[in-house]
Amino acid sequence: MLDARRSLGSVSSRSILEWGYRFILFPIGQMLIFIVGAALFLTVLAFLLALAFPEPRPNIVLIDQVNRQLPGMIISGITIGFVYAMIALGYTLVYGVLKFINFAHSEIFMVGSVVGFEVMQRLSDTGHLPAWSPVFLVVVVILMAMLASGLLAVIIERVAYRPLRGAPRLVPLISAIGISFFMIDLVRAVEAITRNDFNLTYPLNQLEWVRSPFKLVIGENTINIRPTQFIVVLGAVVTLIALNYFVNGTKLGRGIRAVSQDMTTAGLMGINVNRMISLTFFVGGAFGGAAGALFGMNVGTVTPFVGFIPGIKAFTAAVLGGIGNVTGALLGGLTLGLVESFLNGLLVYFPALGQRYTDVFAFSVLILILIFRPSGLLGERVDEKV
Amino acid sequence: MQFKRLVFLFVIVVLALSVPLVGAQDAKVIKIASQSPLSGPQSILGTSIRNAAELAIEQLSGPLVEMGYSVEFVPFDDQATPDVGVANANLLVNDAAIMAVIGHLNSGVAIPSSEVYNDNGLAMVSPANTNVAITDRGLPVVNRICGRDDTQGAAGAAFAATLEGVETVYVLHDTTAYGQGVADFFQKAAAEQGLTVLGFEGTTETANFEGVIQPILALDPDLIYFGGIYSQTGIFINQARAAGYEGLYMGPDGFDASEFAELAGEAGVNTYYTSVAAPPTFYPAAAQFIEDYTAKFGEPPQPFAAQSYDSTGIVLAAIQRILESGEALTREAVAAEVRATENYEGITGTYTFDDNGDPELATYVILQVVSSDPAEWNSNVVLDQFLAPSPLVAAAEAEAEATPSS
Repeated sequence: MLDARRSLGSVSSRSILEWGYRFILFPIGQMLIFIVGAALFLTVLAFLLALAFPEPRPNIVLIDQVNRQLPGMIISGITIGFVYAMIALGYTLVYGVLKFINFAHSEIFMVGSVVGFEVMQRLSDTGHLPAWSPVFLVVVVILMAMLASGLLAVIIERVAYRPLRGAPRLVPLISAIGISFFMIDLVRAVEAITRNDFNLTYPLNQLEWVRSPFKLVIGENTINIRPTQFIVVLGAVVTLIALNYFVNGTKLGRGIRAVSQDMTTAGLMGINVNRMISLTFFVGGAFGGAAGALFGMNVGTVTPFVGFIPGIKAFTAAVLGGIGNVTGALLGGLTLGLVESFLNGLLVYFPALGQRYTDVFAFSVLILILIFRPSGLLGERVDEKV
Repeated sequence: MQFKRLVFLFVIVVLALSVPLVGAQDAKVIKIASQSPLSGPQSILGTSIRNAAELAIEQLSGPLVEMGYSVEFVPFDDQATPDVGVANANLLVNDAAIMAVIGHLNSGVAIPSSEVYNDNGLAMVSPANTNVAITDRGLPVVNRICGRDDTQGAAGAAFAATLEGVETVYVLHDTTAYGQGVADFFQKAAAEQGLTVLGFEGTTETANFEGVIQPILALDPDLIYFGGIYSQTGIFINQARAAGYEGLYMGPDGFDASEFAELAGEAGVNTYYTSVAAPPTFYPAAAQFIEDYTAKFGEPPQPFAAQSYDSTGIVLAAIQRILESGEALTREAVAAEVRATENYEGITGTYTFDDNGDPELATYVILQVVSSDPAEWNSNVVLDQFLAPSPLVAAAEAEAEATPSS
């Protein structure tokens, strides 16, 4: 046992190549396979749809529209999919350890987006913003949001969940909903007092590099990829790789995994369970915060209510991928993001339906998957704790 | 145990403090309520409506005070949400001293709330609700001093058709009674003007519009019309421009708030919008109002503030007429007298209500955003303006014209 632990923990005993494969190449490869697989599958479906309904509306040839929209739909699907995946990680990590859904997580995401705004706005107020280099600025904004949201998640756990740990399952759930409302109104009050503003607009218009999109020319189409979309994807990939290393490659990560397998036994083995739970909340919260800042930079304006919809969608993604499973959260998020983007792009052409029905179809897909795989795409059957 | 005692003490203190407040009710108090969103994404417009009503009571209640009445102002926050508006309405009808309501901002909130006012005979004067159903229901207590969405949507479409190079339009709306209503009128009128309507979509999205934008980029319309409120439409155009949309952008009076410039940034410059309320600076008689408002609240009035001032003025004038005639001051009398308003000289125009509570003549303007600086909002260019009669007046005129010829 001791020997096994030592060999797992030390990097020097393994070749650098193997380490690089395990913690960098493998996760990136996994993400690529998910993205390409899901995008290809949906593309085929879109073309089948175009064959079935060649002209759903007068003067609209569906196959032309699909051709024109395909790159845009895939890019926006991946962007929002990564945001969902990062939020979903927070749900899934906490569920893995405590077997309960932290419904306040959408507000942790919201706080991340507001902190990201605050950092940028402070820099803008003091006139430093345009001088900062893009990479440094983005890294600082994301790190600050991660720190704030991570600490907030730890505090929430300490105040609202730990005292209720022995209580029936529904009690911490209600507590989470209460915290959620409290956070919304707290942020609303703070912003109202300090800025007298409800819509918080990132001062992106002062940054020249944000306004110059990459032009991607495919055939006759020019696709604008916004730098912020690029940042979302890059930021998500980097943080996800870091998380993978943390959970699977470090001693602390092993502690978290041990607690999630069996809290009592882990405690008997000398692991400080409370500390591991706090750590889980910190990591999950930090991811929510990073997602919030990335989301905020991408959409430009956030409000204290901005967490609700992405939060619900990300929870769905976590369930879709198999709650409690970290890779599942990534797969679920990307799948949901892409499905949503394709539905948004194509339902417009069916006069009886329209984009209003996007969620209806997206959630029908979820129900279908859960009927055939009740524990989610990658989930394993876990015995319910009573 | 100690905690329990503290709670008990706290309750006692609160009760003790609230007793004098209840006791202070005077028989000769007249209360005027306002309902508008004071919190949430549309609070900028809502707060301005509230402030202007407060200013009007301060400045125009002189004659009532001389008659020995004190006029109090009770603002409510409807949060731009129908159920909150109705809950407030149920609350405020129970205060017998409230004689009239100024509000709302959102038609979707005003329609259900006004049913409650109607059941209780409480007069409502709206500075901003443009949906046709507000007055077309024929409720005796409901009045507005602004124009209507059928005329506004059609005016927008007629103007769009005159713009160079505009042949195709894509219509979006926010799925509310107001947004969908005006977008529908725009869509119909646009088709009549010979424009091709490429799509008619509703969206409740408030932050991430990428999904909405993708099909628009593929269809490449010459103009997007968005029937919605600035908190949504400003963010939308910002993202649409960043995604590569290069056509024109137009909307109804929901665009009309300085916050639009802030949310839309550079992307919002040159946006067209129709309005039933021109910027306060547009009305020559409102100069003093702008000065007083800015002095009192530290910021210039938003659109609809001047209308709110006039709505309050109409109510105060009606109450004054009742008191002068020696009649009993009841809600029913106030509602009837407000409806009977004739040639009220306000700062935004002269108002006479028709039998449905529409102003007989309403102002419509078409404006263009000139700057991404919110402070410049009131200098937006007025491209066109006209007075249009309400449907009842127009029908009566048509009949009058038809009679001599037959």
